[in-house]
Amino acid sequence: MLELEIDGKSLQVPEGSTVIEAAHAAGIYIPHFCYHKKLSIAANCRMCLVQVEKAPKPMPACATPVANGMKVFTHSELAVKAQKDVMEFLLINHPLDCPICDQGGECQLQDLAVGYGGTAARFQEEKRVVTNKNLGSLVATDMTRCINCTRCVRFTQEIAGLMELGQAFRGDRAEIMTFVERTIDSEISGNIIDLCPVGALTSKPFRFAARTWELSRRKSVSPHDALGSNLVVQVLHNQVKRVLPLENEAINECWLSDKERFSYEGLNSQGDNGRLVKPMVKQGGAWKEVDWNVALDYAAHALRDVAKNQGADALGALVSPHATLEEMALAGKLLRGLGSDNIDFRLRQSDFSLDGQRNGTPWLGMKIADISALDRVLVVGSFLRKDHPLIAQRLRQSAKKGAQISVLHATADDLYIKLFAQAIAAPAQLPALLAEVVKAVAHAKNATLGAEFEKVGSGETAQKIAASLVAGQSAGILLGNLAQQHPQAATLQRLAQQLANLLGAKFGFIGEAANSVGGHVAKACPQQGGRNAARLVAEPRKAYLVLGAEPELDCADGAAALAALKQAASVIVLSPFKSAAALEYADCLLPVSPFTETSGTFVNTEGRVQSFYAAAQPLGETRPAWKVLRVLGNLLEQAGFDYETSEQVRDDVLGGKPEFVAGLDNAVKAGALDLAASCSGIQRIADVPIHFADPLARRAPSLQATKDAAAPTARMNPALLAKLGIGDGQSVKVGAGGTALIAQLDAGVPEDCVRIAAAHAATVALGPLFGSLKVERA
Amino acid sequence: MAILEAINPALTAGWHQPDAWHMDRDSGWRLKDYEARGGYQALKKVFTDKLSQDQVIAEVKASVLRGRGGAGFPTGLKWSFMPKGAPEKYIVCNTDEGEPGTFKDRDLMRLDPHAVIEGMIIAAFAVGAVRGYNYIHGEIYELYQRFEEALAEARAAGYLGNNILGSGFDFDLFAHQGYGAYICGEESALLESIEGKKGQPRFKPPFPAQVGLYGKPTTINNTETFASIPYILRQGGQAFLDLGKANNGGTKLFSVSGHVNKPGNYEVPMGTPFAKLLEMCGGMRGGRKLKAVIPGGSSAPVLPGHIMMDCTLDYDSIAKAGSMLGSGAVIVMDETVCMVKSLERLSWFYYEESCGQCTPCREGTGWLYKLIHRIEHGQGRPEDLDLLDDVAKKIMGRTICALGDAAALPVISFVKHFRSEFEYHIEHKQCLVPPDVQKAGSTFHTRLMAGATC
Repeated sequence: MLELEIDGKSLQVPEGSTVIEAAHAAGIYIPHFCYHKKLSIAANCRMCLVQVEKAPKPMPACATPVANGMKVFTHSELAVKAQKDVMEFLLINHPLDCPICDQGGECQLQDLAVGYGGTAARFQEEKRVVTNKNLGSLVATDMTRCINCTRCVRFTQEIAGLMELGQAFRGDRAEIMTFVERTIDSEISGNIIDLCPVGALTSKPFRFAARTWELSRRKSVSPHDALGSNLVVQVLHNQVKRVLPLENEAINECWLSDKERFSYEGLNSQGDNGRLVKPMVKQGGAWKEVDWNVALDYAAHALRDVAKNQGADALGALVSPHATLEEMALAGKLLRGLGSDNIDFRLRQSDFSLDGQRNGTPWLGMKIADISALDRVLVVGSFLRKDHPLIAQRLRQSAKKGAQISVLHATADDLYIKLFAQAIAAPAQLPALLAEVVKAVAHAKNATLGAEFEKVGSGETAQKIAASLVAGQSAGILLGNLAQQHPQAATLQRLAQQLANLLGAKFGFIGEAANSVGGHVAKACPQQGGRNAARLVAEPRKAYLVLGAEPELDCADGAAALAALKQAASVIVLSPFKSAAALEYADCLLPVSPFTETSGTFVNTEGRVQSFYAAAQPLGETRPAWKVLRVLGNLLEQAGFDYETSEQVRDDVLGGKPEFVAGLDNAVKAGALDLAASCSGIQRIADVPIHFADPLARRAPSLQATKDAAAPTARMNPALLAKLGIGDGQSVKVGAGGTALIAQLDAGVPEDCVRIAAAHAATVALGPLFGSLKVERA
Repeated sequence: MAILEAINPALTAGWHQPDAWHMDRDSGWRLKDYEARGGYQALKKVFTDKLSQDQVIAEVKASVLRGRGGAGFPTGLKWSFMPKGAPEKYIVCNTDEGEPGTFKDRDLMRLDPHAVIEGMIIAAFAVGAVRGYNYIHGEIYELYQRFEEALAEARAAGYLGNNILGSGFDFDLFAHQGYGAYICGEESALLESIEGKKGQPRFKPPFPAQVGLYGKPTTINNTETFASIPYILRQGGQAFLDLGKANNGGTKLFSVSGHVNKPGNYEVPMGTPFAKLLEMCGGMRGGRKLKAVIPGGSSAPVLPGHIMMDCTLDYDSIAKAGSMLGSGAVIVMDETVCMVKSLERLSWFYYEESCGQCTPCREGTGWLYKLIHRIEHGQGRPEDLDLLDDVAKKIMGRTICALGDAAALPVISFVKHFRSEFEYHIEHKQCLVPPDVQKAGSTFHTRLMAGATC
């Protein structure tokens, strides 16, 4: 520890601290622009100049390391003069257009100008003007306001992993820009809006929508990926205008992915694919808007009739993994009250052989923050950067600090992480690839393995990864979305478990959706041998209850799901949104609240219970889904449906409000490994593109205008393209139905595989996420 | 420019007199010529005498050689900062000579590139570097080519590469061409530029000796500094020191430009009176009166002629007079010069070359230039002079690198020493020096900008 004195206050700080860190720890504010605790030190704004005893010149507090016995004066005459002088320089070329600037009211420059700026400008010369840049659909620019603090530049380079922004030119002609008119395509680009201390980078979707002081702020939790990022939802006139991160070092730190930040646009979507605001019932093939009591009666009757006439087993429920814990629990209760256990939220999974074999609820296997402490990480089957942008970000920082990150996956996407090793294989060969690593680790540890491993060799990369894992102090194995959706998910899990046991490592799943853990806790999956998500699709039921999901896009086999729903006598959809598909297959649409209009709970991938309140009033006649399910329960005369609040539902499920749910355990009972590759022909690799992953993101126009939302293509490596006689950019026919797609050369796709995105209307007809596909020239 | 004369030459001894406009007619710069005048003897001495790294550094310390790039930091001391034992260290030569008025490294590289190479090899041995770079200013491409040729000669002769002269010491040296940015002459910006990034200074500490090129310990010296090393090792540090005066060892190249009869590079011992240098340059052109001198490159404060005439050419004397010896670029101005116009030109340079990284310099250099430009063009206001001084002082000492100070110092000194000229400009909307006098004094004006006076 070092001792120093700041403004007469004595304090102790750890070695290596800077003056600004020490001051902030002591509650002394030093004005600054370029300094940010998560970014490298630039020391270019010079706003944090302070007086240091014995130093001849004022020193930048952000870049001055604390020395023992140092005396710092942050408000001395010398310091304040230096700070005011810098402020004058910052303002001479700044347009001072606060009244028309979106940053007004939350602008660091504006705030500090109050304290350090002059009352009149001495600069009487012509001001600099900088042309605006097109950074894409998310970030608006007013570059004349830029003070060149380079926070955005450092963010793209250090946090997002790719230097998409840079400072070109010199002197006061310096401009922040992208490389030759490119847009910013990072999946976490929106954070540069928060980082920008002036109004140079602002939110494009929010542009001129409100002044910051008009907005009311509500805490909330992201309904998208399994991290459960903490949000501040900002509302005006009962409409969500903006979403910002709520800092939580244990989860999202101070960042948000673009999906979490901008998906709110979908909340205000309109039209046939937009928000559903009135209950609707199909009568004689025509949709009618009806009152709630009529719609609820209709739904209750439909469910009861099918249960009575066809047996309760003819009922099924497909629940979105983005639904709240309360909604899931009540849906399960409702269905089981009718006598059916046919409910599932694991819509994109295809291997359910571990049901009944688990010791507890599958989860991350560690705290999210613990990921940063791992020195060896093996990520298996994950489109990590797009599926879990902020976990990718954590690993990116770990790699910089020396952690060895290795990846086994079906594509060689650039994660912008300095990887130690990367091995790719066709999906069907992924278990065998993981087995190679297990075998190499076992060899190093002198452990014996089962007979299944006899034929397993160990390739060079597998051995390299194994050596890395064995040499580590704390290793972690993370199974991603592809591993969870995999037809041999059970084998992958067993291998990961075996590997973890050999290494004494942690292993777990990076959950796919906001409530991937919560679904298990809420029992929104079969408990007594009911039909799981795959069987609910493969063995069509007579009546379906669909909660929050769009099965044609959200299920492992969208085409089969669509067919199952279409053949059903009755489909009751509880959703915040309309869709053309639902209007076709459903006969009752009940408008339920999205996450901003209801209270509820998400259990994130580390098992953390995060409850939130509504940030806005329900739109139109929308009602919170837990209330709708409660009333349905009443109408069906079921017991235990007299909850008054969502908290009561939650407390019922969790036995109170614990910080973390109980029973988290990834261990499974011993079982056979299936290491044989089970697929021939051209295998499909299906990624779920970041902005197609859930109904809300699919309806956010700004997200849909990003590069990440480009129409699916058929991506193949050069060898396969050559074999098929197809050129890059040519049209191809894919699958039995001859879906027309454009072929795209992608050297990162393994041999004899075609990568075609799922969760998109254009590729629904292709069916399952895995398996073989026919590809031919169109 | 070309070398014209020297007193007790240490650096330029044996140089061939070049033809200023015809590089292809140069002779005497090749390896055989350099060896003929004792070249690479110093390096051989280091190896045959089996000098230790510390002994080499001690010899350089004894010479009191001070960095010739402008800051005048003792070279031996700088070398001793390099950590011992680190496996990967670099040595870098700063030939990014971009300061207005400075043209000494250019002649050195042209007429004696092997002296630089030998100096760098010895330095590399002393600090334990395995690899070196010579960063050459972008606007002297022909010298980059010449240096490459010299490197090829040195490599072929076994002075570079593995096991140099059978000593077991491995070192290789590479030329790196800059792109002409003045800021890349700042040592940490130069390192950034070699690394392929935008040339912008790094914040110090850490200094390059701890975290330098590619994050490894690095020693950076000026071209002339390296070129002085062979003499020191050959003749001994004391002999070099004795050439100059106490605390100011050796001889130094002075680039004299401006209104003298024979502008060019002059090698004189440190401590030589300015009057002597002026005499060597053939005196003032047209016998006119000396008005002002910028003694150390454009970033050094200007001194009125009469003060300068009392100075000797060494770090201490000129510092005492209120300026800097800097890189030894002596810009001589006679009575035909309009000080406002010359300051406008200087300020334009710093405005152009500010890298744009930190606020005071990025914004301040533009403000300074715009103010002076306005005064020069008859739009000045009485309060402008105080504002000018104030803005310059607000830049001073607040920036990451010395460019801010370099931009501010001329402004402060011009206004201080020639305030009346600035006041006259503001009051009368024209220059104190009549246009015809200006025209008569400046071949530049008459030749290129016929009639363009203020």
